[in-house]
Amino acid sequence: MNRPAPGKSVINAVLAMVLAGIMGAFTAFAADQAVDANGQLADPGLQTRFERITQELRCLVCQNESIADSNADLAVDLRRQVREMLVAGKSNDAIFDFMTNRYGEFVRFNPPLEPKTLVIWGAPFIMLLLGGVIIYRVARQRARMPLDDESATGPNT
Amino acid sequence: MWKFLLPFAAFVALAILFAFGLNPKRDIHELPSPLIGKPAPEFALTDVLDSSRAVGNAALKDQVYVLNVWATWCVPCREEHEALLAISRQHVVPIIGLNWKDQRERAKQWLDQLGNPYEAAAFDGDGRTAIEWGVYGAPETYLVDRQGRVIYKFISPMTLEVWNREFLPRIAAARRGGA
Repeated sequence: MNRPAPGKSVINAVLAMVLAGIMGAFTAFAADQAVDANGQLADPGLQTRFERITQELRCLVCQNESIADSNADLAVDLRRQVREMLVAGKSNDAIFDFMTNRYGEFVRFNPPLEPKTLVIWGAPFIMLLLGGVIIYRVARQRARMPLDDESATGPNT
Repeated sequence: MWKFLLPFAAFVALAILFAFGLNPKRDIHELPSPLIGKPAPEFALTDVLDSSRAVGNAALKDQVYVLNVWATWCVPCREEHEALLAISRQHVVPIIGLNWKDQRERAKQWLDQLGNPYEAAAFDGDGRTAIEWGVYGAPETYLVDRQGRVIYKFISPMTLEVWNREFLPRIAAARRGGA
């Protein structure tokens, strides 16, 4: 009698979904609040760019948050700065340049590909290559080993 | 041979990485300023103590000066205040204060009660000047040379030890070079 009746499990599933929905709504609400603390920009195109740009700028006080997500004072100021530059007709590049000239490359979550950042962008591929070489060598070694070596190496293998 | 050398090399590489990454003396909040070697951003604000008095760095063009970013809400700023007072008594270079995102009344009170180490304290209530300087935390202390270039930035509470070790030699060098 430990299994719940089929009806009960349906109710549980529905409850779980409702709960997940509520929690999801709350996180979405929290994220939106930080972005739109000053109200939406009148132009929806600018608003989209505003959201994209602030997502890509690091909040230097909290470091692992973007200025879109952070409620730190500095993030609020930097959002205001981005907003004003957008309204003034500045390009995305101009805004990113403005920020990097003042706060350094570190302010960008998505650094541009240039000689200085080559290591960051190249590291995953180098790791992949290294891993591939190791797997290849191990596989080759295994292939060369005789299949019936149990008697030779002892009881544990 | 490889079988032993490779893990050993991996160990050495990791050890170096950890020695750097886990070094307790390394402050992850300390970021290199892109402003070093570049012209100091100009500002024209008003004095904390007198809102009708202008404070800017245009008048400081051919002298070495220090810009100290502070605020009354900043706890470590209180910590460094004694050191700033002692430094101002040395009369080596003018210390300009940049009061960051603060309230004028509170800032006034702070200077009245704790003493005023600043030649002039600029009031940056909305933080716009601080953005120009790339300020991201207080206290921060900048050193500007005669040509108006930022030559050093120190992030953390100022101490006399830091002043003697990091600032005085740079000030002497800045005075020697470039008449």
